[in-house]
Amino acid sequence: MRLLEYQGKELFNQFGIETPESVLAESAEDARIGSQKLGFPFVLKSQLTVGGRGKAGAIQKCKDSSELETKFGELLMKEVKGELPRGILLEKMVDIVKEIYLSIFLNRSKRCFSIIASSEGGIDIEQTDNKIIQDISIDGISGELANTIASNLNIPDKSKESFVNLLLNLFRVVVEKEAELAEINPLAIISDDSLLALDAKVIIDDNALFRHEDLQKYLYLSDLEKQAAKNGFSFVELEGDIAIIGNGAGLVMSTLDMVTAANGKAGAFLDFGGRATSETIYEALKVISRLPKIKTILVNLYGGIVRTDLVALGILEAYKNNILTVPVYARISGAQSERAKELLNGSKARLFDTVEEAINALVLKINNNQTK
Amino acid sequence: MSTQFDIFRILSGDESDADFEKKPVIIQGITGSFGSTHTKLMRSYGTNIAAGVTPGKGGSKFEDVPVFNTVEEAVKSSGSVISGIFVPAPFFYKAAKESLDNGIKLIVAIPEHVPIIDSIKVYEYAHKKGARMIGPNTPGVIIPEIMKVGIMPAQPFTKGNTVVFSRSGTLMYEVSFHLSNSGFGQRLGLGIGGDPINGTNLIDSFELIRNRGDVDSVVVVGEIGGDAEEQLADYIIKTNFSKPVVAYIAGRSAPKEKRMGHAGAIVYGNYGSADSKINNYAKADVPVANSPREVPLLLRAKIRK
Repeated sequence: MRLLEYQGKELFNQFGIETPESVLAESAEDARIGSQKLGFPFVLKSQLTVGGRGKAGAIQKCKDSSELETKFGELLMKEVKGELPRGILLEKMVDIVKEIYLSIFLNRSKRCFSIIASSEGGIDIEQTDNKIIQDISIDGISGELANTIASNLNIPDKSKESFVNLLLNLFRVVVEKEAELAEINPLAIISDDSLLALDAKVIIDDNALFRHEDLQKYLYLSDLEKQAAKNGFSFVELEGDIAIIGNGAGLVMSTLDMVTAANGKAGAFLDFGGRATSETIYEALKVISRLPKIKTILVNLYGGIVRTDLVALGILEAYKNNILTVPVYARISGAQSERAKELLNGSKARLFDTVEEAINALVLKINNNQTK
Repeated sequence: MSTQFDIFRILSGDESDADFEKKPVIIQGITGSFGSTHTKLMRSYGTNIAAGVTPGKGGSKFEDVPVFNTVEEAVKSSGSVISGIFVPAPFFYKAAKESLDNGIKLIVAIPEHVPIIDSIKVYEYAHKKGARMIGPNTPGVIIPEIMKVGIMPAQPFTKGNTVVFSRSGTLMYEVSFHLSNSGFGQRLGLGIGGDPINGTNLIDSFELIRNRGDVDSVVVVGEIGGDAEEQLADYIIKTNFSKPVVAYIAGRSAPKEKRMGHAGAIVYGNYGSADSKINNYAKADVPVANSPREVPLLLRAKIRK
């Protein structure tokens, strides 16, 4: 779960990491009240989970109330990479003396957390060689190590102690709140030598959410995602019109790749996990049925204990109850496949022996429809 | 990277052992619906499930397998050093720690949704104890036609000299099925797991079979997310790994910053992208199949070279 900037900053504040004074506004009314509290000028920052806000124009300076009128409304309606903001953060500007990059991230191949730090703040960290990467133990960061990092970053002496404390606190955010990433970019040293986190990018481990009640309020799912999650499905909405359903993340991804390679456009990814029964397929079709853009469904099931006839019954049930109206192309490898074929005979669902055949038939059908 | 750890010796033993190919295995969570279903399937495949653990159910039996309250008792009764853990993710850490504290040397960690910090702690603790974890979020490990500890179906796998390592369960089955159909039986099938943290990662896996005369080729089923494939490509080059290797990568067409079913299958920027993996494999002369069906074709071509 990627937190919004203001949520990440709320966490930072809980752990003693300071941020500029700010107000979250979800409406023009909020923004007016907020502006009185903060005083002009300030920055308007669109609250999005996607990166590249600055380049996209989703961060704007605001000098007076007439600018606030126009810019606030514009930003609130401005989509970035397909995402609408969930509020605008009004944030006080500060006198920056120096900007730093600092993050702690899950280093997957080393199976530990690592610190990345750079004396150039506000940059794309992937694009610079000027950085320090330091692996750390889950048991903690020593003051000595934090001091060394401060020296390597050329942190002025007056701010060194604040930096060391901030780094230790950032580590506490990661371990105590179970984050995969906690990034401050930029971290500013301001004119009074103190440190302020000007941005916050925090990604929480979804699998740890069950033991962090305080973070669950940040979980933001569409109705469709909620319905999928309730059933234990993994669901991702995509841009095309073909829904891909299967049992197992790798298998569904692989099917998505094959559909894309055949010039099909996938509109949904749904992995319903290990159990392939008439109920799971029915529930999966129910989720997909809520996406009107889906014109075709591709089902790819593989496993030793999949009863294809039961899956076929689930598909038929969905047609009968008008949950499902679009055609289904299915490859279901398992027991009783002859019986499954008989069952589906006469319905809008077709069963194939291989996924390649199912995809070919599906793409051919779509192309024929387009040329008609 | 440990060359000391011999997974074949642990799982099937030496021919001189009285219990060769019948090494005892314990199952933690044996009476749960998941654990019990797969205990039956593992036994019918030939695995010697010698004891089970379910706190509160000690003294009972599942089929004819004795059930104990603690790992300590299960290990004492069975002499096992292998544990298949089938408990729900929130209880995994405690179960794994208990097994490591009581002499288990190989944990097969089946549950999905284990918190990352728990995985790191178990990984570090296992390391300290000279033990090994496979998973979490793994279908398990199989020595075809001999035994399996995990949830994989039997029929895709046949005995042979190819090894399959996979970050995905169903794709491991699918790829093994195509390999079997093309005459490439398997010496070992091992699920790395779909999580960001793997107790046995791809490089560890290669170390397991690097010097084995009975393994003549390797198939690696990967996916987007992380840099396991990139690191592996580097390892193949730097250590002159000489057996033929063929790879498959799922998720080339997945959007960025979206988790594609597995906790570990997510691309940030270029980190974890299919392109990055394919480019690195190319440097290591590892061909990447476009589909599971293509894997045996590439393997045959690679072996002929």
